Amino acid sequence: MNVKKPEAPSSNRPHLLACLHQLQHQFRHIPVNQIAPLAQTLELPIAQVQSVIDFYSFFTRTPRGHYHLLFSNCTSCGDLQLMRELCALLKVQQGITRTDGLVSIDETACIGMCDQGPALLVNDQVITHLSSERLHAIAHLIEAHTPVDDWPSDYFVIQSNIRRTGLLLQTPLAQGAGLTAALAQESEALIHTIKQSGLRGRGGAGFTTGLKWEFCRQAQGTAHYVVCNADEGEPGTFKDRILLSDHAHELFEGMTVAGYAIGAHQGYLYLRGEYRYLVPHLESILAERHEQHLLGQTILGQGDFHFEIEIIVGAGAYICGEESALLESLEQKRGVPRVRPPFPVTHGYLEQPTVVNNVETLVAAAHIAAQGAAWFKAQGTEKSAGSKLLSISGDCKTAGIYEYPFGVTLQHVLDDCGAIDAEAVQVGGPSGTLVSKADFARTLAFEDLATGGSIMIYGAHQDLLKVVRNFTHFFAHESCGFCTPCRVGTPLLRKYLDKIAAGHGTAYDREEMARLAKLVKKRSHCGLGQTAANPILDLLQHFPEVCEKRLMLKDYEPFFDLDAALETTRQLSHRNDAEAHLA
Amino acid sequence: MNPALANTLTIDGQVIPFTQGQTIMDAALAAGIYIPHLCHKPGLTPHGSCKLCTVDIEGRNVSACTYPASAGMQVANNTPALNEVRKTLIQMLFVEGNHLCPTCDKTGDCTLQALGYHLGMLDGHFPPFYPLREVDASHPDFILDRDRCIMCALCVRASQEVDGKNVFALSGRGANNHVIVNSPSGKLGDSDLTQDDLAAHICPVGAILPKNQGHEVPIGRRTFDLHTVAESDLAVALMKTEHHDD
Repeated sequence: MNVKKPEAPSSNRPHLLACLHQLQHQFRHIPVNQIAPLAQTLELPIAQVQSVIDFYSFFTRTPRGHYHLLFSNCTSCGDLQLMRELCALLKVQQGITRTDGLVSIDETACIGMCDQGPALLVNDQVITHLSSERLHAIAHLIEAHTPVDDWPSDYFVIQSNIRRTGLLLQTPLAQGAGLTAALAQESEALIHTIKQSGLRGRGGAGFTTGLKWEFCRQAQGTAHYVVCNADEGEPGTFKDRILLSDHAHELFEGMTVAGYAIGAHQGYLYLRGEYRYLVPHLESILAERHEQHLLGQTILGQGDFHFEIEIIVGAGAYICGEESALLESLEQKRGVPRVRPPFPVTHGYLEQPTVVNNVETLVAAAHIAAQGAAWFKAQGTEKSAGSKLLSISGDCKTAGIYEYPFGVTLQHVLDDCGAIDAEAVQVGGPSGTLVSKADFARTLAFEDLATGGSIMIYGAHQDLLKVVRNFTHFFAHESCGFCTPCRVGTPLLRKYLDKIAAGHGTAYDREEMARLAKLVKKRSHCGLGQTAANPILDLLQHFPEVCEKRLMLKDYEPFFDLDAALETTRQLSHRNDAEAHLA
Repeated sequence: MNPALANTLTIDGQVIPFTQGQTIMDAALAAGIYIPHLCHKPGLTPHGSCKLCTVDIEGRNVSACTYPASAGMQVANNTPALNEVRKTLIQMLFVEGNHLCPTCDKTGDCTLQALGYHLGMLDGHFPPFYPLREVDASHPDFILDRDRCIMCALCVRASQEVDGKNVFALSGRGANNHVIVNSPSGKLGDSDLTQDDLAAHICPVGAILPKNQGHEVPIGRRTFDLHTVAESDLAVALMKTEHHDD
């Protein structure tokens, strides 16, 4: 057996994802002749480097333009009509680099700018508030070869849009306050406090944080690790972006507190590639914390506790938000979810005990360490303590970040953000629940509507089939391809839905789609596949008429247009008479 | 708990023993119970990707090849509902690739095809994907026809865990998954794959085939002409019990 166990990339051996980003940046693609030398430098198999390149959306085998623009295709922060407009202005085809190599344009999954869209990424920078006018200016800047750094700075302004504050956003936390309180007690007592607070994972699954820390602390290993999941990829979610930009101290404090609790000396912040623009800011906060002795060798003067945090940046793969896929990605591999059990708390990063927590969870943990369990538990419901940050977007007056105690009704939230004609709300993003108007009295809490924080609102004028089609395309694009139900099932669901949307679907197609949807949901390997069919199933259950009115009134319709398929033959035989066509 | 049940589980009403550390699949195969599977081979690390071995434990979905057996577990396996799920999964694998059995030298020896028969599959049912995948004929002894690959990763694991090499890997994402070769050119001819490698012979479909020996066994006398897939896979499980972890 000559397969090496994965090793931690150290300071003298950079991370594969970072190296590939560097190559992509330098050559605008990953040149074939760079792969073997890179594999040698990193002491990885060539096939591993190849497979990573082909897994992540942001790495390409053919050169992208000097200006590479990726338009979000999210229902909240995307506008593909604008993308087509810019393609026309610059005479470029989507996905194909212009022959002079200057520019390439494509679409990408939600980039987390849902409260200030439409938005795009240009060479790792984010531009929001797109308009036809702004696109004309951008086209001029590109044709004039103006470096992106010299484009008007107001293009790159990203707002925080905090509309309602609660426990976390309202309560000040002096730098080091959480850590000082944590280090004043035994780690067992600290874990007890976190358990007492009732804090549950904010990524959506809602596992009790204190228990996770306890299991990890108790697990045997040569090292323990803290990993912050900042791969905020659920369409419609952007609350972690605000915590990363405005509350990074609290986040790193939470990671350090977790490190103390479980006995770890190394933490990783896994940041989604779309948020790469935040790296300089985050690095400066880390440097500041080192100076303040809140990170590094002798934290707060205590010789026996040291902790470091490293930032690893993803490269366009929603699946890496799944914790075990994230760990695979951290280990310089494709982001394919692991078989569980064993769980990361016992066999995580490098097979060692690892705590993987969401950004918001760690911020909350830092506050709880400082303020105590009762402070947190005073808000929320019996099974959902504390508050939740919601990312609200879509058809409402004031999109942005809203913090509420758990247990708030959806209607209350909709009233606050001015969603006066909401017909449907996607709670928890595409992997969550499509809620119809009749159910707006439901509450946001683990007991009822669990949510990682994405609230996408659709008014009466919206075509819900188009929305669900968008989500279904998203999942087919993001499936990692490990298991049969998801790898084959998500593209099949896309085919059925496209057929129905195009007016070629029959009642039989709808029944087959529903049967397949249930199989994908029940039999897939991980959370992606298990939720990918939710939008279709919710649509059929709560809005059956949306699908019904598109159906053909016949028993069977093939998936392809036979007459159109004959077009090549007609051209080759120079025929276009009536008999060369099917009736 | 009743001590008699302490190290037994129940599959479709049949009580069978297990030892600590065994998966449901291990215990089932040892007891002569067939759970359909494609990506699993005793002796290799379980993968859990094809999902053919999907079973239900009190209504909960698990993969038998990866899920640890535990005392008193009630497993549903050979039920009409689960076999319908498995048939659909086989159909999905058929439409995903380009599986044209009559033209494939593996016909009659192919586990995918045999499972199609076993589960009563009469058609591909779903719209075919017709993927465009590269054929690699650069190796003197073997051909890699990716059209027929089902991403089971048996070749990947056999090469790593038994052959002590690292010839194959899975690459790409989602429907673009495909097997790649770990050589500077990416070609099989430049890899260190040799005749005696398990990886060269483990493919359950016709994606990795030997060269220069087409139709040596006549149709009608091939594996699944003479045995059902259940008989064949149970026999293999009983023959190969040693593990190749080191």
